[in-house]
Amino acid sequence: MRDMTYLEAIRESMSQVMRKDEDVFIMGEDIGIYGGAFGLTNGMIEEFGPERVRNTPISEAAISGCAVGAAMTGMRPILEIQFSDFVMIAMDNIVNQAAKMRYMFGGKAKVPVVVRLPGGSGAGFAAQHSQSLEAWMTHVPGLKVVQPSNAYDAKGLMKAAIKDDNPVLFYEHKLLYNIKGEVPEEDYEIPLGVADIKKEGTDITIIATAIMVNRALEAAAELEKEGISVEVIDPRTLVPLDTETIFQSVKKTSRVLVVYEAVKRGGYGAEIASMIAESEVFDYLDAPIKRLGGVPTPIPYNPELEKAAVPQVNDIIQECRKLMNK
Amino acid sequence: MSNLIKIKNSSFSPEKLKTMLYDMMVIRSFEETLKKLYQQGKIHGTMHLCIGQEATAVGACVPLTKEDKITSTHRGHGHSIAKGTDVKKMMAELLGKETGYCKGKGGSMHIADLDIGNLGANGIVAAGLPLGTGAALTSKMKDLGYVVLCFFGDGASNEGAFHESLNLASVWKLPVIFFCENNLYGMSGWIKEMTNIENIADRGAAYGIQSETINGNEILKVVEATERAVERARNGEGPSLIEAHTYRWEGHSRSDARKYRTRDEEKEWKKQRDPIALFKEQLIEENIITEEEFIELGNRVQAEMDEAVEFAESSKAPDLETLTTDIYA
Ligand SMILES: Cc1ncc(C[n+]2csc(CCOP(=O)(O)OP(=O)(O)O)c2C)c(N)n1
Repeated sequence: MRDMTYLEAIRESMSQVMRKDEDVFIMGEDIGIYGGAFGLTNGMIEEFGPERVRNTPISEAAISGCAVGAAMTGMRPILEIQFSDFVMIAMDNIVNQAAKMRYMFGGKAKVPVVVRLPGGSGAGFAAQHSQSLEAWMTHVPGLKVVQPSNAYDAKGLMKAAIKDDNPVLFYEHKLLYNIKGEVPEEDYEIPLGVADIKKEGTDITIIATAIMVNRALEAAAELEKEGISVEVIDPRTLVPLDTETIFQSVKKTSRVLVVYEAVKRGGYGAEIASMIAESEVFDYLDAPIKRLGGVPTPIPYNPELEKAAVPQVNDIIQECRKLMNK
Repeated sequence: MSNLIKIKNSSFSPEKLKTMLYDMMVIRSFEETLKKLYQQGKIHGTMHLCIGQEATAVGACVPLTKEDKITSTHRGHGHSIAKGTDVKKMMAELLGKETGYCKGKGGSMHIADLDIGNLGANGIVAAGLPLGTGAALTSKMKDLGYVVLCFFGDGASNEGAFHESLNLASVWKLPVIFFCENNLYGMSGWIKEMTNIENIADRGAAYGIQSETINGNEILKVVEATERAVERARNGEGPSLIEAHTYRWEGHSRSDARKYRTRDEEKEWKKQRDPIALFKEQLIEENIITEEEFIELGNRVQAEMDEAVEFAESSKAPDLETLTTDIYA
């Protein structure tokens, strides 16, 4: 198997699907010759041409609505929102249109659109280019929310997202773009709604998303030296959420830490914690469920402040020690 | 009447002309029936009636085929009927019945009939414009040959989605027609207080879009302008903007005391510029229809409406189990 970056894996996934399915096309600001703000679509316009690698004006309201209109009439557009923060301008089309259409038209419409959203902090872009707002989307019935944490998953999940007949919000983390991993050449799919156990363990279950999966794995390796065995679970998709894999792990470990980059307050970690608390596995818990999330602040510019705003490896280690009463 | 388009010069058969008149009468009757049902407490929520705007709805849809598409607005019953949406199923939807277009889950502002190219009414002002632009993109990319007509109001033209959509459709030369029903008000907002330009159509120039302002209460003028725009779209010449002047006789929705306009103004539009009366007189003057035939048409409309109400009232309410169906495909 080859190593390839998360960014390349997403590109390869889109390209492979586009070669087979004429209805799939991509659109977004500067995605043509420029290759998109992160270079993710580099070279795609050369292969597929400007009709299917469609450079758009800087018009989030129009391009998101246009993608939804195209999707409901038979295309399968993939829309790149340059930074996930700009999705606010597209929110009407995602929340009021794409998510509702099927239901309010009595089950007749299908909206197979993928919205790619580069999110997350750590790259020094400060408050308006670094947010993690995926929880907002999970609150809206009718949407699916995907958050891959490595190259292999990104490729397979992208395939599933494109094939899905529903609007799918595909959150990509900027800091993951250049991280390499093993990715098979062939075109494979990872179904939405299936979590992955990134590392097995017996003392604590960490449920982490996106870049936090990497940090949790690092923390787990450290903790292992202290004799604390951590299981790391990556839900991979927030909607649909694979609660079964999470519950099974909780039964095994009896301790839970949910780690996510988004502001802790009102974040998706609260949802995961509540699901566990409300379920039959509550009885298996030996300690209160803990959440480790972002500080409730806009993401600051200064690199030290920026780091302090979201969970780091050390924070995870500390929380785990506390959970073990150490 | 002298400035009306002479019917003798038009390319329409007498039957087609009578159908246009009939369709306008259906729309008016549908809306008046809704008003009654609402007063009787049989319809809940709100609704936005389009009485007085029948010529724009019907006229703009005349040049469209079944394959062509429309997007509509919160004031969408007329557009739907003009595009061929079944009156019975629409009535059932408004009464919240399972036989309705949306199984009772959509209601007045969410009627869609994808099979005949009605991509849906919309509760969000101006939202239909980018959606229609996207449908037009599908047509172009798959070479399907259909055009999309987006209805919207004068108020909607102040939304960002309007401006962004016109620009996008223009640079991509998409087969879309932006059709503005300028009825002078957006809720209570009088056009002169909300925009500082003479015509909404003037805005098309900013995006390099062919635009015109027409009298929206003369149906043949509407048909002609739309025909021109449809032809441009089919020839690959890109989008058009049509602004049609008209007037809504009723309040904005069911709870509007209409304090923002005078009764004299309303009277003038009703007496002098009723689109149905204007067209009827014209058809009579040119011997296309007789007074008796007109009465006969009215009876047919009434029978259709009675049947729709009967169908809707006797339909079942949706099962509670359907609450969470049709959320995901
Ligand atoms: C985005 C948005 N803002 C406000 C409203 C509330 N609203 C519904 S209809 C309307 C007036 C629209 O005016 P116009 O576009 O001229 O259409 P008309 O009602 O005259 O047909 C308003 C303000 C809404 N539904 N959506």
